[in-house]
Amino acid sequence: MDYALHLADNALILGQRNAEWCGHGPVLEEDLALANHSLDLIGQARLLYQWVAEHRADGSTEDSLAYFRDPHAFLNFTLLELPHTTALAPSARADRDYAVTIARNFLFSSYMVLVWEVLQYHPEPRLAAIAAKSLKEVRYHWQHAADWLIRLGDGTPASHDKAQAAVDFLMPYTQEFWCEWPAAKHALPDTQDMQTAWWTMVNEVLSEACLRLPEAKGHVTQGVHGIHSEHMSYLLAEMQSLARQHPGATW
Amino acid sequence: MSDPPALAQPLPWGPLALPVGDAEEVAIWTLLESVCDPEIPVLSLREIGVLRAVNATPPVWQLWITPTYNGCPAMSQMKEDLLAAMQQAGKQAEVLTGLAPAWSSDWITASGKEKLRAYGIAPPHALAQQAGTQRIRLAPKMDSARIACPQCHSLDTTETSPFGSTACKAMYKCLACAEPFDYFKPY
Repeated sequence: MDYALHLADNALILGQRNAEWCGHGPVLEEDLALANHSLDLIGQARLLYQWVAEHRADGSTEDSLAYFRDPHAFLNFTLLELPHTTALAPSARADRDYAVTIARNFLFSSYMVLVWEVLQYHPEPRLAAIAAKSLKEVRYHWQHAADWLIRLGDGTPASHDKAQAAVDFLMPYTQEFWCEWPAAKHALPDTQDMQTAWWTMVNEVLSEACLRLPEAKGHVTQGVHGIHSEHMSYLLAEMQSLARQHPGATW
Repeated sequence: MSDPPALAQPLPWGPLALPVGDAEEVAIWTLLESVCDPEIPVLSLREIGVLRAVNATPPVWQLWITPTYNGCPAMSQMKEDLLAAMQQAGKQAEVLTGLAPAWSSDWITASGKEKLRAYGIAPPHALAQQAGTQRIRLAPKMDSARIACPQCHSLDTTETSPFGSTACKAMYKCLACAEPFDYFKPY
């Protein structure tokens, strides 16, 4: 169940981050695209939270899992909580860089295409059903991100440099995709082939985008163990404050 | 908040043409033809492939629906509309949500596709069966040349955005009549 929670947290946190573009997109079409993207992710998160809540049978609900847990209880990858900036940013309110949004969506959706492909055959029918539906969505997200990464990387010198900086900045965080922890090991027993396939997918698009493939090295983040960056609390504060001020509110 | 999905059994696959099932079930299906997609009010929930099964479990009818997209915000509205239609006909009903098999735009019936076109939304192209198993390797450009404008039927159209007003639609424009239009994505 920790793995289902991890998948749900991934979807919710990236959904929340990308929804920050709502009303602020670089162009209207991208504003819509990111809002749609977030809607899909939050939909996936809801299905997974509902499942986790039922399994826990301790009064948890999808809402309590999303709004009433603190940062250390979230098991999402650190990559997904980072603000849309390349340099170390003081807060989520710093200027947003669309290249970071696109590069992150690309790196993560490349990974999730592979994950959902495996999980759609999972022996637990509930997870398999969620995976089969989510796979369709993440393929579309992947297309969108890959398309834009190529457009940015193979665009003007300025867009190329920003795209390269974004990929360089985010790549070390992808190491967390492959770190072994018990719940993931159980759900995805063999990540070796997956890792090879991921690098191939990423490399193909980066080379078409005229971008250099950076190494994934350095500090390995620990989001899956609930150890998050300083950005996580800001993100949760914004997302959870309304529900916490008015617990149980409905409309 | 919608109820969590149930997985009693896999739901039927593919488009559902009337009549379905025995006389009693056909009566329910016919009754529910009046319940339309809240976003596309010309299409019944059967025609769009969301209403998948009606099961008699006396005295209650079980109505099985499946979401188009995981985050589709219209699901709770659809559920309420179905229950209201049943109540009006004096039937007891519950609405259950299934997830498997995953909804596909291939399940929109032929008449549903015609209604979409007449409503101004270009219907989806049929999805190749292998699409579910094939990994997308490079960003393939959508073959926008083959999407006919629902206004003037020209094939000279182009995609303006892969995401549109709802999760299930993309935005296109016609280069012949210059009208923008929605395209229901093949999914």
